[in-house]
Amino acid sequence: MPAAQPAPLAAVPTAAEAESPRTIVDIRRLNLIYQTADQPVTALSDVSLSIAKGDFISLIGPSGCGKTTLMRVIADLEQPSSGDVLVNGMTPEQARLKRAYGYVFQAPALYPWRNVERNVTLPLEIMGMPAAERRTRAGEQLERVGLAGFERKFPWQLSGGMQQRVSIARALAFDPDLLLMDEPFGALDEITRDHLNVNLTRLWLRTRKTCVFVTHSIAEAVFLSTRIVVMSPRPGRILDVIDCARDLPRERTLGIRESPEFQRIAHRVREGLMEGHSYDD
Amino acid sequence: MTTDPRTAGGRALFAAALPVAAMALFVLAAWYAGAVWLNAPQAADALTRAGAEWSFADLVRQTLAMKRPILPTPDQVAVDLHQSLTGYPVTHIRNLLYHTGVTAGSALTGFAMGVVLGVALAAGIVQVRTLEASLLPWVIASQTIPILAIAPMIVVILGNLGFTGLLPKAVISMYLCFFPITIGMVKGLRSADPLTLDLMRTYSAGTARTFLLLRLPASLPFLFASLKVAIAASVVGAIVGELPTGGQAGLGARLLSGSYYGQTVQIWSALVMSALLSVGLVLLVGLAERALVRGPGATR
Repeated sequence: MPAAQPAPLAAVPTAAEAESPRTIVDIRRLNLIYQTADQPVTALSDVSLSIAKGDFISLIGPSGCGKTTLMRVIADLEQPSSGDVLVNGMTPEQARLKRAYGYVFQAPALYPWRNVERNVTLPLEIMGMPAAERRTRAGEQLERVGLAGFERKFPWQLSGGMQQRVSIARALAFDPDLLLMDEPFGALDEITRDHLNVNLTRLWLRTRKTCVFVTHSIAEAVFLSTRIVVMSPRPGRILDVIDCARDLPRERTLGIRESPEFQRIAHRVREGLMEGHSYDD
Repeated sequence: MTTDPRTAGGRALFAAALPVAAMALFVLAAWYAGAVWLNAPQAADALTRAGAEWSFADLVRQTLAMKRPILPTPDQVAVDLHQSLTGYPVTHIRNLLYHTGVTAGSALTGFAMGVVLGVALAAGIVQVRTLEASLLPWVIASQTIPILAIAPMIVVILGNLGFTGLLPKAVISMYLCFFPITIGMVKGLRSADPLTLDLMRTYSAGTARTFLLLRLPASLPFLFASLKVAIAASVVGAIVGELPTGGQAGLGARLLSGSYYGQTVQIWSALVMSALLSVGLVLLVGLAERALVRGPGATR
């Protein structure tokens, strides 16, 4: 099998599959309670969410609302207190052991002692892929994020935006079905962020990955998503799930941010967030 | 006004060399002043015993040219070093390089053992939670014992077991060496960014993989800082180890025989050689660091 072949995802979906997209992530009545020194803190309360194959889901909410926690539960980096989570029909742990997802963190989390190429090949190395194939894959993924020719650079020689693109290439390197992104562009300036958002939506269209994206930028959420999940402040609950795919085209340019549809969805997200805050009072 | 890049470069070099030269001159001046001050009573006695009238200039001249001064002057030490290093073949017992080689041999052996022990202890402490509480206090306690007290014990015990020569000295070096390495490595092995540890978990990389691919490389800057301390300590350990063995060879033996016979110049020559040895070894560690450590925090 040639290395470039993005495994079963690239297969043309059958009519039945296209009509009823397979569920990639299924979350039912999830609760997560932290034990802190003085009192238990409910981070997630009765969260149910189903993410279909090919979806681009944004989790939006104020800081500390549990959106990162929810994603870490999907990734088996946190354990829920109760409720069921299925990733690709498996428990999160099984899915993690099968390397079902790629995770992009808030910070690039690159290894400073490895050059760009060897950062991208890191997961492949752990999976035991032969060296030649690793390098081919790394080259492809770096080209995808517009960093061809930077293989020999070290992370600290790149700008913040470039570093985050390397970390996206790294997450894509082993071709997971599911891409989990935790505020990947949160630390970047707005111009870089817009640019990377356009890149990301193109990448998503081309690779047909399922994406879960944490953000607290309304514009970013509306621009990228097929569905937006609005969450309340602690205890984190889902207040609203907004479908953007109906009113916005799949292929998006920055221009659509001026369109009335975009404004309407953004308004609804903002309403949802404000409603969440009024609960708090 | 235009500046010729060559003169600019020369000026930069001059600006960099100036503080170094100034400090060296200051140390030399202080050394001479110290020699005059410390040797003055003895010199005055000698002049008085000679019977003739003497002036202050005579006194100063006398303090700088004593046979057995309290503090020898830099030029006396330099002459002694020159005679020792050029007057005899390198393998000769009167050549200080021979003694430096003996000391360096046990220091480096002890250093190597200390690195292995120190890294192993640190890896154990980081990987096995219970070891931190049970082992670390012993590691710290080991360093509260003065090395001069424990060195003869080590020599006697190892001698009883049939180990003589280099090994007991190396063990004493190791004893001093492993501690900074353990402390630095524990910190270094824990220095990996939590996100990068999460990342390894998402790749379902096991403990061994995470250690080799993440914790160990992340610890290198800490390791090298510790290695610089440790290698200087290993020279001290080797010299201390040469004292109770009666001292046939090594810089420690030279210090010992120098103090038996009141040969202060010999003592200071050996001290200068041990300082040069330590500086050389620390520089070597620095070179290894430059070659191995990559990152924004690396020293160039």
